[in-house]
Amino acid sequence: MSTLDAHAGHHEEGSYLSGPPGIMAKIWQWATTVDHKKIGVMYLFAVLFMFFVGGMAALLVRYELIDPMRDVMVQTVDANGDLVETTATQGENLKDLFQGLGMAGDLTGTQIYNRAFTLHGAVMVFMFIVPSIPASLGNFFLPVMLGAKDVAFPRLNLLSWYIYLFGSTFGILSILMGGVDTGWTFYTPYSTTTDADHWRVVLMVTAAFILGFSSILTGLNFVVTVHKLRAPGMGWFDMPLFIWAVYATSIIQVLATPVIGITLLLLIFERIMNIGIFDPAMGGDPVLYQHFFWFYSHPVVYVMILPAMGIISELLAVHARKHIFGYRAIAFSSLGIAGVSFLVWGHHIFTAMGELAAVLFSGLTFLVAIPTAIKVFNWIATLYKGSIVLNTPMCYGLMFLFTFSIGGLTGLPLATLATDLHLHDSYFVVAHFHYVMMGGTVIAFLGGIHHWWPKMFGKMYSEPGALIGMALVFIGFNVTFFTQFFLGTQGMPRRYANYVDEFQFLHQISTYGSWILGLGMFVHLAVFIHSLVAGEKAPANPWGGLTLEWECESPPIEHNFHHEPIVKHGPYDFETTVPPHWDPKDYPIHPDAGKATH
Amino acid sequence: MSTMTDTNPTDVPQSILKSPKHWRNRIAGHHWRTGDEEFDAAKLGMWLFLTTEVLLFAGIFCGYAVFRMMYPEAWANGSHYLDWRFGAANTAVLLLSSWTAANAVRCAQLDKQFWLRVNIIITIVCAALFIFIKLKFEYMVKLGEGKAPGTFFSYPYAQDPHEPLWWSLYYIGTGIHAAHVIIGAALFGVVLYYAKRYQAYGPTQYTLVENAALYWHLVDLVWIFLFPLLYLIH
Repeated sequence: MSTLDAHAGHHEEGSYLSGPPGIMAKIWQWATTVDHKKIGVMYLFAVLFMFFVGGMAALLVRYELIDPMRDVMVQTVDANGDLVETTATQGENLKDLFQGLGMAGDLTGTQIYNRAFTLHGAVMVFMFIVPSIPASLGNFFLPVMLGAKDVAFPRLNLLSWYIYLFGSTFGILSILMGGVDTGWTFYTPYSTTTDADHWRVVLMVTAAFILGFSSILTGLNFVVTVHKLRAPGMGWFDMPLFIWAVYATSIIQVLATPVIGITLLLLIFERIMNIGIFDPAMGGDPVLYQHFFWFYSHPVVYVMILPAMGIISELLAVHARKHIFGYRAIAFSSLGIAGVSFLVWGHHIFTAMGELAAVLFSGLTFLVAIPTAIKVFNWIATLYKGSIVLNTPMCYGLMFLFTFSIGGLTGLPLATLATDLHLHDSYFVVAHFHYVMMGGTVIAFLGGIHHWWPKMFGKMYSEPGALIGMALVFIGFNVTFFTQFFLGTQGMPRRYANYVDEFQFLHQISTYGSWILGLGMFVHLAVFIHSLVAGEKAPANPWGGLTLEWECESPPIEHNFHHEPIVKHGPYDFETTVPPHWDPKDYPIHPDAGKATH
Repeated sequence: MSTMTDTNPTDVPQSILKSPKHWRNRIAGHHWRTGDEEFDAAKLGMWLFLTTEVLLFAGIFCGYAVFRMMYPEAWANGSHYLDWRFGAANTAVLLLSSWTAANAVRCAQLDKQFWLRVNIIITIVCAALFIFIKLKFEYMVKLGEGKAPGTFFSYPYAQDPHEPLWWSLYYIGTGIHAAHVIIGAALFGVVLYYAKRYQAYGPTQYTLVENAALYWHLVDLVWIFLFPLLYLIH
């Protein structure tokens, strides 16, 4: 940097990770930062911690289900030498586990199981998967990919982070006080009457209520950022598809979350003051709760999956070095999914409504398949004749195409009224849901973290280690959840701690799968820790990406860019553009790249 | 422009004129190209936030519609218990305050610092008056008669078993609205403080006045719907 630059304010700026000396000063700097990158990184570690908590609960659930609870005759010889027959319950695995730890209290095995799966659901939905991609990768990369220095409202961004922490504290408090067993959906009247003398349910509902505000503020911030902070030269259709996806997500967050806000507020009033709105004993309507709940909670499913789809668009294009196929179709299908998402909540409560309404909701639900399929076909067309590099992000991208397609297609029999009668509330739903949420969102999230890890932390990770983790996740995930499709079609209902003996074989396989899956996650964790401690320095553009984050240094400087970037090429023009910071010895690029005049 | 201002800069103490918070000295945030862009963004953000507020109240209106359909008798009785005159008085109070809130924005745009403060003060006084009427003549009287929400209902002359539900919705709807009135008044309190202490708002910098007024208009608008639904239609 010349002195001239220094005079103009472009002096040597350190990376955003470099802070003042002294641990307390560093902590204070991070705690009060309004830098979207630091907030994104804090979110990343927070949601990954929540993923760990929710994942542990999932392993507990699977551990209970490894065998059914059986009442067996036990023959013992008493003091008189007579044979005495007593019954004993076997297979209450969680109870045995928690008794061994001295934590079971007077809870029965099924009660512990109910709390474990509620904990899993509530933590995973409200504290992990809703904020996961937008709040971490979105926060970090949305402004950078737009060529901006920060999000539109940096202080609001910090506020939403603290609201997230504040809300999560309530949730953790509820868990530490013993947890709740309502299911993550808090259906009334059970949620308003159970544990009546205790604050646990109110705390957990309050947590979800508060977390909603964090979600709203993040979404609001992103919408305004996309509208107002695009770099010069970047029109709407020059934006990377990840931005389109996060934009559509943000719109859903802004429009759907207030409804769960008022719903949970009413639920809290119902519990504290018995207002009776959802209580049938007082003339209230529990089905009204379900409508309110799903009016938010169905659109929020697309809050979970849309950013994942955005990541996949980036991964496939960059790691196949190919112009994305059907840019506008993918962009508009994100908005299409966001639009349709508000019209399909009724498919969660087919049995609680009239036939005509059920038919209408069924038909509307099928509509979701259209924009979703448009995306999948465009991604596959992108791969066609691409120079595919089978690194970890790409493998996660391909895995997404496989698992998400299974998840999406198994949604169709659930949207069909006739087949849904047989499949609803069964393990088929559990499997479908996890193929979309885990096989879709978590897989894409993992792919995205690997894709952007060098940019975020300036360190490369061990590619072989990450590939091993990826393979274990792929195998473990499919073993865990593919078996559950069969369990569901054979009639295994969801949310039960116990089952008939015929299901044991499949349940066992599923549980073994969950262990492989957990192992894969720990391999990833080890790879990431190794990378942070001993990873080699990452180049500015390790993959040859063309979006603006690859023009930054790795890790980016405090204000992202040394100069405000001017966008001269599209985000996927691999055939005509030489990637920024490209070194010919790193990787080949398209032979025609750079020949066309800009 | 100078003919429209009532503030002669020479009358203003140097400490205020030199303050970085004075509207003439304000610069856009580091990530904005111009102050205008920052203003537009803040306004867009506020409109989005107002959308979320509308959807929040939509839940209450939706509950109102559902139970009105299920229990028309209870709803008809319920609205008979409410005195429309108090509702109308509060409507007038809020409409007046909305007018002064809009005036405050105009005064900021014209650098009329004195009238900016006067309009904000009237708005805050109206908010207090609204809460006073609500508490003194409605909530306290009705709660005293046993017209309380849900299981606390103890009014002995109820004619319909579902009247407790009506009162639940009445208190939640008007209560959440009243909370918004208080938040809006507090927001104007902040605006008033900055206007008085730093003259922070003027022709080129009035974002917070504008957004507070937008919020206030929404609070007003929600009441415009609550008033007929609760007090007027039977």
